[in-house]
Amino acid sequence: MKVPHKPPPAGPGISSRAGAAGPAEASAPRSAGGVRARLASRKVLLLGCAVLAAVLLASVVVAIGLGPAVVPPGETAHHLWAALSGGRIRSGEVTTYQIIWQIRTPRVLLAALVGAGLSAVGVAIQAMVRNALADPFVLGVSSGASVGAVGVTVTGGLAVLGIHAVSVGAFAGALVASLLVYAASSSRGALSPLRLVLTGVAMSLGFQAVMSLIIYFAPDSEATSMVLYWTMGSFGAATWGALPVVAAVVLAGLAVLYRYGRTLDVLSLGDETAASLGFDPDRHRKVLLVLVSLVTGVMVAVSGAIAFVGLVMPHVVRMVVGAPHARVLAVAPLVGAIFMVWVDLAARTLVAPRELPLGVITALVGVPVFIALMRRRGYTFGGR
Amino acid sequence: MDLELDGLSVVTDGKSLVRDLSLEVPAGRVVGLVGPNGSGKSTALRCVYRALRPSSGTVRVGEQDLTRLPLRHSARTIAAMTQDGGVDFDFTVEEVVALGRAPHLRGNQALSGRERDLCERAMDQLDIRHLAHRGVLTLSGGERQRVLLARALVQEPEILVLDEPTNHLDVRHQVDLLALLRASGLTVLVVLHDLNLAAAACDRLGVLSQGRLVASGAPADVLTTDLVADVFGVKASVVPHPLTGDPQLLYSLDSTR
Repeated sequence: MKVPHKPPPAGPGISSRAGAAGPAEASAPRSAGGVRARLASRKVLLLGCAVLAAVLLASVVVAIGLGPAVVPPGETAHHLWAALSGGRIRSGEVTTYQIIWQIRTPRVLLAALVGAGLSAVGVAIQAMVRNALADPFVLGVSSGASVGAVGVTVTGGLAVLGIHAVSVGAFAGALVASLLVYAASSSRGALSPLRLVLTGVAMSLGFQAVMSLIIYFAPDSEATSMVLYWTMGSFGAATWGALPVVAAVVLAGLAVLYRYGRTLDVLSLGDETAASLGFDPDRHRKVLLVLVSLVTGVMVAVSGAIAFVGLVMPHVVRMVVGAPHARVLAVAPLVGAIFMVWVDLAARTLVAPRELPLGVITALVGVPVFIALMRRRGYTFGGR
Repeated sequence: MDLELDGLSVVTDGKSLVRDLSLEVPAGRVVGLVGPNGSGKSTALRCVYRALRPSSGTVRVGEQDLTRLPLRHSARTIAAMTQDGGVDFDFTVEEVVALGRAPHLRGNQALSGRERDLCERAMDQLDIRHLAHRGVLTLSGGERQRVLLARALVQEPEILVLDEPTNHLDVRHQVDLLALLRASGLTVLVVLHDLNLAAAACDRLGVLSQGRLVASGAPADVLTTDLVADVFGVKASVVPHPLTGDPQLLYSLDSTR
């Protein structure tokens, strides 16, 4: 440390010892920092995002083509183009067209949206509650949604809403859970990260108990399969009908979260520091909590609670691009979307005609990745 | 810019942490807050960097009541080096230092060339330039302290508040840090545990005991054998520093002598 010749705000003040730092840097061990520094520049980041977007597009087209009836990518693209541009198709192609456009396209798009959303929400939640082990469901949203969905199924409530009844019930359950967690964890306007997590975990357990109770007294076995659906996740119910709502909420959520990049950086420095840098940590956490609950609630309502994506993707992305959230939030949704498209493809093709629950596959991939990640030298896991 | 605490009181959960504290830090001066553990030093500082709202009393910066200023606005005038240096994710040193610009930037707005120069200069001053690409979680406590001070300087504040900045620092870096504060020309309010360093570094000292200001003034007037015995419960001889004349304390482990 050097005594400056002038105060830092005013003076040029680069002291003579600056030169001495050079050799020290050269001899310092080149850890993950070196890689990260190279990936940090804006151009590289933009290029990376462009490449990932291209990969995502290709994955979507391939995934739409694959299934019990395999359609080559070229033909898939032709049908998609026909659908988008209102072009004509020959009468012999109608069946293929319907499989592609009515069944597979909404499903694959939903997978991409939910993958992107879960990854981004995971990033935000981990920074917000200052816990590297947090995921989008840590605040009780998924178990609340499950209770809502199962409740609606068993009681036949909300029947006027038809096929959307379950989704609406799940969304309502998610919101109720978020409100309860918020009410129970806030005290005198403050929203402590640790209390938020602990309350969320406790509420989750409570909701799971309620769900078990409903199942126990349920008259039929439909409720049981419902539970599997909600705890493991599936895109089997995807339709064009729900897609616009999900797309609007998730994409808006991604955009807003991205704008919160530097705020999340500041929040992860601790509340004291955040305040000294001009950020009210409680106010920002409240806004984020609302945003994150809304996006997660919508995703869970249409696809159930897909585990591990929101936990693992943020860490994987951070390892490559570093910790700054603007960067992580630019890359994580793309990586999450690509991952989820392939996971869904595996889920519906591996044991066709049956479908694997998504959570099984994400866990199969996620658990080893997560453990390898934790054990990896050089990646410091939230300082713990 | 002047900093003034006027009748500051903080009550949390029925406990009175700071009582009627009035203290003035004239522009460009270094004022130290000393006192035993739990005497309310950090609590008083938290009111200045706005992590805490005083129960009564005011903090004024250049005649302006701090609570009337938007948080963002005051963060451009007052920077803090706090005790919670914990970072959750493995930001690099460079990235943490750059976050000092946060109160001056909108959203994810990128740093300008001038701001990047500012960061590099601060890293040079704190002797951490060679750590620029290291993850902060891999640093030693002392290195991390210097990163936090660099971040505070990058904020371009007029007032700097520091909570035990010399914690974890080796002797050389302790001396360098306090010399840097003195040379900075900033208005400085600093909590220090080492009374000898405080006497050497500060223009004035305020002594807190159980939330009250029990003495304030020039170090030579404040640091007396009686006061140290009263407030800290320690026997000490006060001798003038042979070179600077600042009062220096020599402690005796045997309390009877």
